[in-house]
Amino acid sequence: MNQLRASSGNKSDHVKSDCYVEIELKSSGGIQIELKSKVGTLYGDSIRTLIKSVLQFFNMEHAHVVIEDRGALEFVIAARLEAVIQLIKPNKKEFLFDQIADNKYHTERDQIRFSRLYLPGNSPKLFINSGIYQSHAIILDLEDSVAPDKKHEARFMVRNALRSVNFYGSERMVRINQIPNGLEDLNFIVPHHVNLILIPKVENAQQIIDVDNRIKEIRKEKGMDYPIWYMPIIESALGVINAFPIAKASANVVALAIGLEDYTADIGAKRSQEALESFYARSALVNAAKAAGIQAIDSVFSDVDDLEALKQTIWVSKGLGFEGMGCIHPRQIPVIHENYAPDPVELTKAKRIVLAFDEAQEKGLGVVSLGSKMIDPPVVKRALKLIETAISLNKLGKNWKESEMDN
Amino acid sequence: MKLIKNAIGRMVPDELNGKKQVPFQGVGKYKPKGVKAAIPIRSVADYPADGDKRLPSIKEALIKSGLKDGMTISTHHHFRNGDIIANQVFDIAAELGMKDLVWVPSASFPCHAHLIQYLESGVIHHIEGSMNGPLGQFTSEGKMTGTGILRSHGGRYQAIQDGDVHIDIAIIAAPTADPFGNANGVTGSSACGLLGFALADSQYADKVIVVTDNMVPFPCVPWQIQGNNVDYTVEVEQVGIPEKIVSGTTQITRSPDRLLLAELSASFCDQAGLIKDGFSFQAGAGGTALSIGNFFGDIMRERGIKARFARGGSNKYLVQMLEEGLIEYILDGQTFDLEGVRSMRENPNHTDTSPFTSYNYHGKGNFNTMVDVVILGATEVDLDFNANVVTHSDGILLHGIGGWQNCLLSKTVILPIPLFRDRIPVIRDEVTTICGPGELIDVIVTERGIAINPLRKDLIDATKNSDLPIKSIQELKLEAERICGAPAKIEFDDEIVAAIKWVDGTIIDVVRKIKE
Repeated sequence: MNQLRASSGNKSDHVKSDCYVEIELKSSGGIQIELKSKVGTLYGDSIRTLIKSVLQFFNMEHAHVVIEDRGALEFVIAARLEAVIQLIKPNKKEFLFDQIADNKYHTERDQIRFSRLYLPGNSPKLFINSGIYQSHAIILDLEDSVAPDKKHEARFMVRNALRSVNFYGSERMVRINQIPNGLEDLNFIVPHHVNLILIPKVENAQQIIDVDNRIKEIRKEKGMDYPIWYMPIIESALGVINAFPIAKASANVVALAIGLEDYTADIGAKRSQEALESFYARSALVNAAKAAGIQAIDSVFSDVDDLEALKQTIWVSKGLGFEGMGCIHPRQIPVIHENYAPDPVELTKAKRIVLAFDEAQEKGLGVVSLGSKMIDPPVVKRALKLIETAISLNKLGKNWKESEMDN
Repeated sequence: MKLIKNAIGRMVPDELNGKKQVPFQGVGKYKPKGVKAAIPIRSVADYPADGDKRLPSIKEALIKSGLKDGMTISTHHHFRNGDIIANQVFDIAAELGMKDLVWVPSASFPCHAHLIQYLESGVIHHIEGSMNGPLGQFTSEGKMTGTGILRSHGGRYQAIQDGDVHIDIAIIAAPTADPFGNANGVTGSSACGLLGFALADSQYADKVIVVTDNMVPFPCVPWQIQGNNVDYTVEVEQVGIPEKIVSGTTQITRSPDRLLLAELSASFCDQAGLIKDGFSFQAGAGGTALSIGNFFGDIMRERGIKARFARGGSNKYLVQMLEEGLIEYILDGQTFDLEGVRSMRENPNHTDTSPFTSYNYHGKGNFNTMVDVVILGATEVDLDFNANVVTHSDGILLHGIGGWQNCLLSKTVILPIPLFRDRIPVIRDEVTTICGPGELIDVIVTERGIAINPLRKDLIDATKNSDLPIKSIQELKLEAERICGAPAKIEFDDEIVAAIKWVDGTIIDVVRKIKE
């Protein structure tokens, strides 16, 4: 049975850029709005207008609306209202703002994914400026950072954010809930220009196939053609064993990520700074990812104050073959970018190899050599990729070969 | 009283609290004639030859000073929110049945909300100084009997020196003093660094009372306040609340949004060529400003260059830079933490200043105009770069001017501000209250782009080929409104509740009563 009265949102003195909404369905009396807003002088009228248009959209004629606003943007207020309305008067309609043009960009299968910033899906205040830190990706999280009783409202929040918040070019990722629950999340994100879906706690290929099938249905229904990539997160011993079939389960899987918190708990080990307990799992995951021709992405580093330890961790991670990691605070982003990027020694070596390769091509030689050393084709391939990465990170000019000649 | 349109287009009154006023005429345009104020000639014969000017209580000192209805009483904010003396002075005035006093603090703090009862009961007629927090709210609601007047630190010195404000009794709370009245802020349990805000009062008030909880035998050195200007001294049990005076630990901001603003600001200064050997800068005590100072330090270290001087508000970060040799001098207006106090006490290159040396506009120059880069805040900026620091966008008076207006006269003024705060855009068609003319504000740094005042062609050229996100101020305004929606225009009552003075004593704008 539906409730007559429900609420959503957050309220306390610490809340910012968010609001709390309570709606009681009435049988008469029209729409009554009780608005308390921190920005009431400047936005009170516009908030009232928004409330009325949302209620009208859902054909609610009589209701008592209480809203405590702490500077919430329109997409936040609308998400809070809709979450409540769907509880007391469930229906198939969706109150959608226009998709902002800035968010219609799509991403490439193998683009750089060094950093991805986690944003709890029910905390809109963290969304608004998240794009300005220039992480390679942001993750609107519906899973672990959202309390069970907030899962419902978070879906509306994440959906609206995908349509309305400018993430300034960061790849827009959403972490859905564990399959099968996460399948329901897809309705809220797939039609709204999401770039990549993180699928948590994956243990077998079938889970990816289920996601893939559901997405195909939604695509067909909505007539969408832009790419949506998948990044399964492996967080258990069984997941590690099945990493390769998981990586190959769909052509849209572009990376495998590892979640060490759950993995170490699963194998009954304690997570340590040296991370010896997860060495096997990380290596196995890198191996499976590379065998499938996709990226391997490391777990998050959770001590946001210790940037030095983060750096050490990245060096190990990069050494194992990982190509990025999650982050939970913007201050981690520059450290991650700096340390996953090719370092000067690597770069110098790669440049020499590529130049030698060019020379060999020119002379029609089948073998590339540097001094007296012969260079194997995979080494050349890796050098080419490294150069490409350095260019896209602005660590190297596009025309580096010309300036190299000048020197 | 009639309203006149001033040079920046605001309607301002020609009279306030019964005194004639001059409307703002443009930067550097108003040059009053006449002579400065002066106090009557005194004779050593009338003061104790042994130098002991002590009286047993503040009450007795006030009575001896001839406290009566309608007088102007001044106090100072070097104890910030740890001030207890201003409240005591008016408790005594109320007890003595005084009416219609004018309070001239150098700044007010939340601790002074205690005085609202006296504004209500008529003991205090109005405030000339600053009206922060609860006092600002009270003023905005139109509850003060007279009209409030807000002045900058330099404007306060100018007004007292020029005789615009005549102080009948000045009460100077001092961390250390001697019975003769010499006083300083570098020692004692309430040490706050310096007493520069009280300098004008000690020179120009009819009666000067020094209050301390650390009375030392003559001589109290250094004598930042000279006993030769002092009438009475009083020893009390406690003069201030130390933990509320200076912070034990100032901290660089941890907010990623603010750090980004700081980094962008420092990077702008760097790429615009403002950071060079022998340059000077001022960065305040706010989280963003502190980090900018730190980023300047990184840049100087990397380049092996030095700043000739930094303008304080000092804090431990600035002190570290001084001790590391990155800065040759700190010219300090107020110390924000214990490290600042220590450094001022021990290091001759860390020198105390006053609004006279740093800010006073009616003098033979001041050093503030020589500072290369200053970092300031603002609540709002308009498309002409005019800025507001005293009212919020909802029209309520919440902050004082401080040294903000005075600092605008430095060579390059940079305002790092978020593009919006809790949905409220910072860049507006028109600011609620103009505190500073746009011609003096050079750069607005926001997390979503940097706007350079079109008047600063040199800065525009210098950063033309940089990777900085330079945008026009109109573009920034539109971006904020795309995110937040356009804010409604607020309506005010006609009643003027406070006036904003420019550094030369003219009225640049007024604050009107908020509508119910």
